[in-house]
Amino acid sequence: MQVPASFQYRKATSVEHALTLLAEYGPESVVVAGGHSLLPMMKLRLAHPEALIDINDLTELAGVRVGRNELVIGAMARHADLLSSAAAGRHLPILHDAERVIADPIVRNRGTVGGSLCQADPSEDLSAVFAALRAELVVRGQDGPRTVAARDFFVGPYQTVLAPGELLVEIRVPLGRSVSAYVKVDRRAGDWAVGAAGAVLTIVDGVVTAAGIGLTALGAPRFVAEEAEDFLTGGPPTESRLVEAGRLAAAHCRPTADQRGPVDYKRHLAGELVTRALRTAAGRA
Amino acid sequence: MQIMVTVNGKEHIREVEPRLLLVHFLRDDLELTGTHWGCDTSNCGVCVVHLDGVPVKSCTVLAVMADGREVRTVEGLAHGPALDPVQEGFIACHGLQCGFCTSGMMMTARWLLDQDPDPSEEDIREALSGQLCRCTGYENIVRSIRWAAEKEAAHEH
Repeated sequence: MQVPASFQYRKATSVEHALTLLAEYGPESVVVAGGHSLLPMMKLRLAHPEALIDINDLTELAGVRVGRNELVIGAMARHADLLSSAAAGRHLPILHDAERVIADPIVRNRGTVGGSLCQADPSEDLSAVFAALRAELVVRGQDGPRTVAARDFFVGPYQTVLAPGELLVEIRVPLGRSVSAYVKVDRRAGDWAVGAAGAVLTIVDGVVTAAGIGLTALGAPRFVAEEAEDFLTGGPPTESRLVEAGRLAAAHCRPTADQRGPVDYKRHLAGELVTRALRTAAGRA
Repeated sequence: MQIMVTVNGKEHIREVEPRLLLVHFLRDDLELTGTHWGCDTSNCGVCVVHLDGVPVKSCTVLAVMADGREVRTVEGLAHGPALDPVQEGFIACHGLQCGFCTSGMMMTARWLLDQDPDPSEEDIREALSGQLCRCTGYENIVRSIRWAAEKEAAHEH
């Protein structure tokens, strides 16, 4: 039987209250949202917080809404909320592509967007998705809010720039005229990615004016393929250029061998998946 | 800490440790053993219950997180002596062999039909994709849920 070690538990009633509790319990306290990453890690003693601050009652962090030229995703939005958001599907299909292949429908009912990002698992899908989208993450601390680019949020595996006592409150995604897609290879339904790629393109008069490419589980610095993005920008999204972008992404990522596959296979996947994601995104223009 | 959880319409007040998982609260504290306890890692889905109307894997929810909320388990599926159409479907179509996955499958099925009264076979398979049947009886489980959908549709006309 897997049961977490003992901990103290407090339910936050507002963002302010959550910040107060985080300050009160100190660096050994951890925020619990959906709990679908944290509780399994606590059962395995890979995480052993002294206190859990539960933010499930914070309705101000729930849901997905359209703001001024941006999609605003509350940190407590469940994966299912993002998947059922018509605005997300219409403007940013990469979000629905990814959410459809994150875990399973029952886990998506409970797991949260903010929790996934804060967990910063290198195989987690949304890190690459929001990096590709150049999303901004709004963080609240005792000194007020600050905004962090998704690309600067992740420090390393399971590490983010969140300081003790800080809380991710929302994710803001610019709503431009972009087209986008996410493609994932996994071994079985609901599994972590062997590899995955997300692509976001802005195409004006047949020319790519902005490109975002995210890579999941493939050892890409900051979860993005910057060389491929730079290459694509300023030219037409022709098939040969999408293939070349894939080749560049594969050349610059650093996958590691594990039970999901050896390095050369994952590098091949990186190239192929980037090209496929770009092709699908461009086809949505 | 003290929690109050409404389970199948009945309020229960208990003193629990924060680390108690909802599945064990239901099975051990309330003796509602229809909810099964399987993989412990939110993979197998035998522990699915409804929390405020939404199916969740109760091995990955703390009992304290259900404080003040409503839980529905397989024991709350029937309407008095009348079985829910989902339960009838599992009987009619042999939707179980060993029965270990059945309560979780039925709780997800009930939710699916509440959302979508006429799901396709593909919709049903997607809804059940986070739940395992090791007797590999998926074909009959899908048929059972279609049976329930058709019974409910006929009932409404």
